[in-house]
Amino acid sequence: MGIKWNEILVGGDPLLVGSQIAIVLTVVAIVVGLTYFKKWGWLWREWLTTVDHKKIGIMYIVSGVLMFFRGGIDGLLMKAQTARPEMNFLDAQHYNEIFTTHGVIMILFMAMPLLIGLMNVVVPLQIGARDVAFPQLNALSFWLFFSGAMLFNISFVVGGSPDAGWTSYFPLAGKEFSPGIGNNYYAIALQIAGLGTLMTGINFIVTILKMRAPGMTLMKMPMFTWTTLITSIIIVAAFPIFTVALALMTFDRLYGTHFFTLSSGGSDMLWANLFWLWAHPEVYIVILPAFGIFSEVIATFSRKTLYGYKSMVISIVGIAFLSMIVWVHHFYTMDAGPAVNSFFSITTMLIAVPTGVKIFNWLFTMRKGRIQFTTAMLWALAFVPNFVIGGVTGVMLAMAAADYQYHNTLFLVAHFHYVLIPGVVFAVFAGLYYWWPKMFGFMLNEKLGKYHFWLFTIGFNVTFMPMFFLGLKGAVRRAYTYSAESGFAPLFLVSAIGSIILAIGFAVFCYNIYWSFRYAKRNVSHDPWDARTLEWMTASPVQFYNFAVVPEVKQLDAFWHMKKRGETLTLKESDIKKIHMPSNSGLPFYMAVVFGITGFFLVFEAHIAAAVAAIGIVVGLIVRSFDYDDGYYVSVDEIKQTERTWRNVEGGTENHVG
Amino acid sequence: MEHKSKYPVSHVVGFLFSLVLTFVAVFVALKMNVSYTIVMWIIGSLAVIQAGLQLFMFMHVTEGEDGKTNVINMAYAVFVAIVIVAGSIWVLTSGHAAH
Repeated sequence: MGIKWNEILVGGDPLLVGSQIAIVLTVVAIVVGLTYFKKWGWLWREWLTTVDHKKIGIMYIVSGVLMFFRGGIDGLLMKAQTARPEMNFLDAQHYNEIFTTHGVIMILFMAMPLLIGLMNVVVPLQIGARDVAFPQLNALSFWLFFSGAMLFNISFVVGGSPDAGWTSYFPLAGKEFSPGIGNNYYAIALQIAGLGTLMTGINFIVTILKMRAPGMTLMKMPMFTWTTLITSIIIVAAFPIFTVALALMTFDRLYGTHFFTLSSGGSDMLWANLFWLWAHPEVYIVILPAFGIFSEVIATFSRKTLYGYKSMVISIVGIAFLSMIVWVHHFYTMDAGPAVNSFFSITTMLIAVPTGVKIFNWLFTMRKGRIQFTTAMLWALAFVPNFVIGGVTGVMLAMAAADYQYHNTLFLVAHFHYVLIPGVVFAVFAGLYYWWPKMFGFMLNEKLGKYHFWLFTIGFNVTFMPMFFLGLKGAVRRAYTYSAESGFAPLFLVSAIGSIILAIGFAVFCYNIYWSFRYAKRNVSHDPWDARTLEWMTASPVQFYNFAVVPEVKQLDAFWHMKKRGETLTLKESDIKKIHMPSNSGLPFYMAVVFGITGFFLVFEAHIAAAVAAIGIVVGLIVRSFDYDDGYYVSVDEIKQTERTWRNVEGGTENHVG
Repeated sequence: MEHKSKYPVSHVVGFLFSLVLTFVAVFVALKMNVSYTIVMWIIGSLAVIQAGLQLFMFMHVTEGEDGKTNVINMAYAVFVAIVIVAGSIWVLTSGHAAH
């Protein structure tokens, strides 16, 4: 097998040893804490076996915030290393590992779960459904994602991190040039997490197409639901490509095939081609739901209906279509010839058109609106100018001829951080501040939120703006150091200082969660923002069955118009019927465990052990096939009791309890 | 597909046919002594046959109230397939990169 089992734990570096000790202490603390407070049963019943879309969403969000922390630490380490020329804080190998894990974690284990988490919490509520179409599959999605994320995260202390970049280009990522097991983690862990994402895509397509409240036609859906639908369709188109590419990579690395190798007829650029066939749509998978969040936030806090709804929908579909035919712009320098590069230049620049339409629609939504400067709205406002910087530099990069100059420089790195941070991270923060009361029944502190906003936004610009200029001066990406003579030092230092401000901003956010959890007012209204869509029609936090009576939708912004028409939330007792709900299941969690164990053995190329563990996966599938549990009914009495806690079941109602 | 009995006959048949087609492809690729081009054509054809077979045996292509959904699904699948297969071949075989 060639694996030295006594050298599995990566040692030597004080940073790594410190992390190992911290991990062990944290695990011990969690186990002792759960036992001491007798919370094991609660954890199992309420969270590990839940199929409730809101709880699954919250678990996604918690994982995403934790991964944000991990990826952020990676980013800070890189910034510390490059703060001064010829620093010896990290060596080249460690730096390679850190930029690789930073990229993978921030895209796949931070951006994806935070957005999928918000989709899970919000979309069924926005369409007036009681859960997603396949609740147990949804739980399996989460647990597979979690299993993959954990497997990937242990790499830096067990066996060594992948070090070939988040793109893992061949031939570098092949066995020939990366003989260690680090890159096995990439192939296996992303495969497991990707399975979960694919299932999420299918689940949300079916949920949105089949489970909308009566009267909600496609063109009456809230914009976030629209973006989720289109995102899910791109997931279903793009993720299988990655599944296949990763499987071929696994064969190359573990079983000696030659799909991507230089020798024996392999094609290294085929990997780059397949990778970007997935990874470019992946960028739109994370940006489209974010656009949906901004649409909801801007409409709510401008007190206006979204401007140009139809053109918004056409733009999303256009972006989704174009997202599939721009992938070569990531490797113009492969030199595929003028016809190919010109085609992909044009399609790439075309994306600016629907995106521009969307930007103007948001601006026109705000025009003559009565704008409320809540924290959520601040993120949406800051998004517009910052994202435009990212978008315009993107059009610069889209020109194949010019790209030969920018390629592999920090200009590119600055560009995609200007797209992904305002586009995705700002959206996630906006969404979290906006929907927090719906999830937890209390609001995040607005004052701390504003500190968070200003520190993060200023820190972001100070970190990444200098990198545009560093890139234009010729500073390359993924280089662990530079000479004093290069003249890069001052801008790198500014960038490092910016990253500290950025980190303080994130720390304020974490403190805000803690502060609000302990001290925020609890009797928050079901509709604290005077919002427009159906999720605000039901209690905060939402009852497990979502809606006592499924609402009837007559137009866009259904809840807003109900309020305008003076329709109260009073519930007639005769309208309450028993509700059918899905049962909890421990199977998704079990599957995550066996997938994780199988994956771990595969990473270490222990093939027989992996095969034995894989029997566990098959057993899980068989058990599921014979599962005839059709769920249970919530009794009318229980519904009445639950509804009485937040509204009058017969008689008058209060629109604003808080 | 409507089943009189509970036993999923078409699924089992489809599964067996898929296995046979796959093993024939393996045999052609590894054991038959013909030129590279012929091997490519044979296993390519077998792949298309298997895709069609699976559409009928597993993918519910004959079900549904109207044909609209299936037409949309097919158009989507064809678009994705053309982009991935034709696109990759075009990108990797044109220009300097191929030489």
